[in-house]
Amino acid sequence: MDGEQLTAQETALYDRQIRVWGADAQRRLSKAHILVYGMKGTVAEFCKNIVLAGVGSLTLVDDRMVTEEVLSSNFLIPPDENLYSGMTLAELCCNSLKDFNPMVRVSVEKGDLSSFGVDFFDNFDVIVVSSCSLAAKKLINKKCRTASKRVAFYTVDCRDSCGEIFVDLQDYRYSKKKLEETINCHLQYPSFEEAISVPWKTLPRKVSKLYFATRVIEKFEEVEGRNPGEASTADLPGVLKLKKELCDAHSLNESHVPDNLLERLVTNTSEFPPVCAIIGGILGQEVIKAISGKGDPLKNFFFFDALDGKGIIEDISSDSNTGK
Amino acid sequence: MDSQQKLSVVKGAKVLMVGAGGIGCELLKTLALSGFQDIHIIDMDTIEVSNLNRQFLFRQSHVGQSKAKVARDAVLKFRPHISITPYHANVKDPDFNVDFFKQFNVVLNGLDNLDARRHVNRLCLAADVPLVESGTTGFLGQVTVHVKGRTECYECQQKPAPKTYPVCTITSTPSKFVHCIVWAKDLLFTKLFGDKNQENDLNVRSTGAASSSEPVEDVFERRKDEDIEHYGRRIYDHVFGYNIELALSNEETWKKRNIPKPIYSRHVLTDEFTQQNGDVDKNLATDVGPSVSAMAFLGMNNPQDIWSLMENSRIFLEALKLFFTIRGKEIGNLSFDKDDQLAVEFVTAAANIRAVSFGIPLHSLFEAKGIAGNIVHAVATTNAIIAGLIVIEAIKVLQNDTNSYRMTYCLEHPSRKMLLMPVEPFEPIKSCYVCSETPLLLEINTQRSKLRDFVEKIVKAKIGMSFPLIMHGSALLYEVGDDLDEDMVANYAANLEKVLSELPSPVTGGTMLTVEDLQQEFSCNINIKHREEFDEEKEPEGMLLLGWTQPFSAAEKDNNRSIGNGASVSNASSSTTAEAATDDEIEIIHSGKKRKLSEDSKKTDSGISKVDDETKISKQLEILDDEDDLVMLNEGGTDKKKKRLL
Repeated sequence: MDGEQLTAQETALYDRQIRVWGADAQRRLSKAHILVYGMKGTVAEFCKNIVLAGVGSLTLVDDRMVTEEVLSSNFLIPPDENLYSGMTLAELCCNSLKDFNPMVRVSVEKGDLSSFGVDFFDNFDVIVVSSCSLAAKKLINKKCRTASKRVAFYTVDCRDSCGEIFVDLQDYRYSKKKLEETINCHLQYPSFEEAISVPWKTLPRKVSKLYFATRVIEKFEEVEGRNPGEASTADLPGVLKLKKELCDAHSLNESHVPDNLLERLVTNTSEFPPVCAIIGGILGQEVIKAISGKGDPLKNFFFFDALDGKGIIEDISSDSNTGK
Repeated sequence: MDSQQKLSVVKGAKVLMVGAGGIGCELLKTLALSGFQDIHIIDMDTIEVSNLNRQFLFRQSHVGQSKAKVARDAVLKFRPHISITPYHANVKDPDFNVDFFKQFNVVLNGLDNLDARRHVNRLCLAADVPLVESGTTGFLGQVTVHVKGRTECYECQQKPAPKTYPVCTITSTPSKFVHCIVWAKDLLFTKLFGDKNQENDLNVRSTGAASSSEPVEDVFERRKDEDIEHYGRRIYDHVFGYNIELALSNEETWKKRNIPKPIYSRHVLTDEFTQQNGDVDKNLATDVGPSVSAMAFLGMNNPQDIWSLMENSRIFLEALKLFFTIRGKEIGNLSFDKDDQLAVEFVTAAANIRAVSFGIPLHSLFEAKGIAGNIVHAVATTNAIIAGLIVIEAIKVLQNDTNSYRMTYCLEHPSRKMLLMPVEPFEPIKSCYVCSETPLLLEINTQRSKLRDFVEKIVKAKIGMSFPLIMHGSALLYEVGDDLDEDMVANYAANLEKVLSELPSPVTGGTMLTVEDLQQEFSCNINIKHREEFDEEKEPEGMLLLGWTQPFSAAEKDNNRSIGNGASVSNASSSTTAEAATDDEIEIIHSGKKRKLSEDSKKTDSGISKVDDETKISKQLEILDDEDDLVMLNEGGTDKKKKRLL
């Protein structure tokens, strides 16, 4: 790494985590620029984690106003109308996050992220989006991929007591120590569009059912022109119908996408705070890994369901045999 | 999980959180967001700068204030209408008795030490309140559920005790840097700045035959009117020069070891330097305060640097001088504190100089501080994840959803694709001396060991009682309490000094003693077996408690308590090294035993995983069952002892 040293202030503040990932990683973190879109509970958790970790800057994009649902899981927003009225979610969260760590620059960018030019994405090392339409995810991911440097792309969403993370680190090389040896690793990630285009029947038999269920609902919302997260109990018949169509199209046995799972996901669409904490924590760790180059990053989906308690990594790519 | 029902049990629940630190801050936030409305929180600690990277409810301006109280205020900002009751107190205070615990529906631990965890476990058992226990270290963490009669209690599995070292390794034959740290911290630092009356082996074994020729005067006392510069160099030459030379005279010791090299200050530091140093000293008078630092003073600012012998020597002398000139009032009462910059500097320098003598690689202040302070790696993300898992388990407990209880491990490296791995809880261990009534067995020389030895080494140190009462049949041999008659107090004091077989109600082979802790409402029986001889090396305590330790021997852990217990009273670590993590630590896992499997009611030997270090955990965890829902933890086979995760 370069010769720059951490200041005494940084060393004192970050003491316990430097003991986990080392001073080099801490320096890399302090130079990383991160953008998040969609300020609900899970993203609030994620932001807290990386601001505490000491990234260089965090930019928030979300022009929406406060809703009951956001208030229920986002601890960055005081539930007082006098305090939040007239401000966007990004502005409100920004105010709280600044307090968490004076060494991190937290700011707000207004506008629609998917309409920003590729140049804009060049300013960041990591983009995290949540509550995004299928089309927006694809588009933003594409822009990250066409930026002049590698911009890591993540999507994250929670519904009921389930959560999903998608990761695209593009072409990612890192090294790790095994005993005395240094091993160079190389991972190639598919884009979001590529990943979800992988035919279902080619996936391993035991792929998380949440993967399929999430795709069904995501597709449903797109077809019906809904906002992300808007499918509700009333939509269950439509969702089940779409499930059947998709399963047929993919020649996948419908039992891989249980009706009761879909029912859970459309019945309770709001985030469950403990799951926000868990998913936001895993995502925070992944972003820290990707920035610092320390540790094996997950490839390329992560699922958690509080019902069975498992937090599972799934590799969903057309050639999941990429070399290590 | 029906969300309406979930919401109503959550709203109606009264929960106790123990600990408002790394896990505690995250937990309090997540509980509040999840709809909990009546939360009580106990924490004795105040906020420190090194907490701020993860304990996100705290700010720089809160440093020094009560964690429990500040955490409450911070959470009320986003959930103003819930009730949070903070207690800035030790959970072991008698106020927090069984009746106090009984008012709660569930107790959630976010603690940083074994001692308090055991205490809370017993109170939860006595009060019959479910406990959700947790711990994290770096990227690793775990959450376990303890419900009396249904799942094992926290103490069903023996927890590895903090590692300590044989006295002679510390005083005479260090071979690792940690030995030098223990010497510098527990012996030298204590000798110079701590309680003079405390037993201290600093000079004992290194002198051997020379002890009689030692001057009556204590070499460590600063003589009347002795120049501080002179005193510092005298101490330096004594501990790094003279003592090493004495040790060298014992040739037998060095036949198979590297021969240490005595170091004298005159060989390392020129007089010129001392002179300069004396000049700078004058500027110092203005710089008073707890943050006084020899490093800053000598212009050495990077705690990651490894200092040369000369630099270490300068720090050593400068730090010693600063203690005497600026913090003179504290001398005699100091104990090592990892947050005391000057103490860390002194210990780092002393350990490094000793390391040079013994040909051991030197370490930076940052590393030395970690070792000396038993500092555990900690990051916000793991704590957040663990807190989320605690709330999920707490809700199951409140719903009495027994079949869904899980212990969950948070891993750094995926095991069978899993980063979060749920495992079915174990059943209570029938031979557990804490949650069942199985007696312990103590081998002891009843004609030589005093009641005091039994109380200190067994009842307090091993069984973990704070306010013990000891009975032989109906005869009371010992008790502590505020409301005792003077006669009784005198009587018990006299008993303490008696050997067991000469007590008013003699304790001999075949006797069964009952020990009880009134606060914990916990009692257990100990069968006494008389044994004449004990191996000094392996059983230095002169007694052996059976039925509580599992595979690893007591001797290994407890060779010398005077070293082990050095300074760390407040964080209850009673440990000496980095190998004994104490902040938010992880206590994993199990030795082979039966464990129930879920729906298909198979019985399988499972077991677990002692883990040497964090990188190994995922390799140790192996899934035996191919069906979705079951994860087994597999014992590695060849490993001899269980270890705490680091």
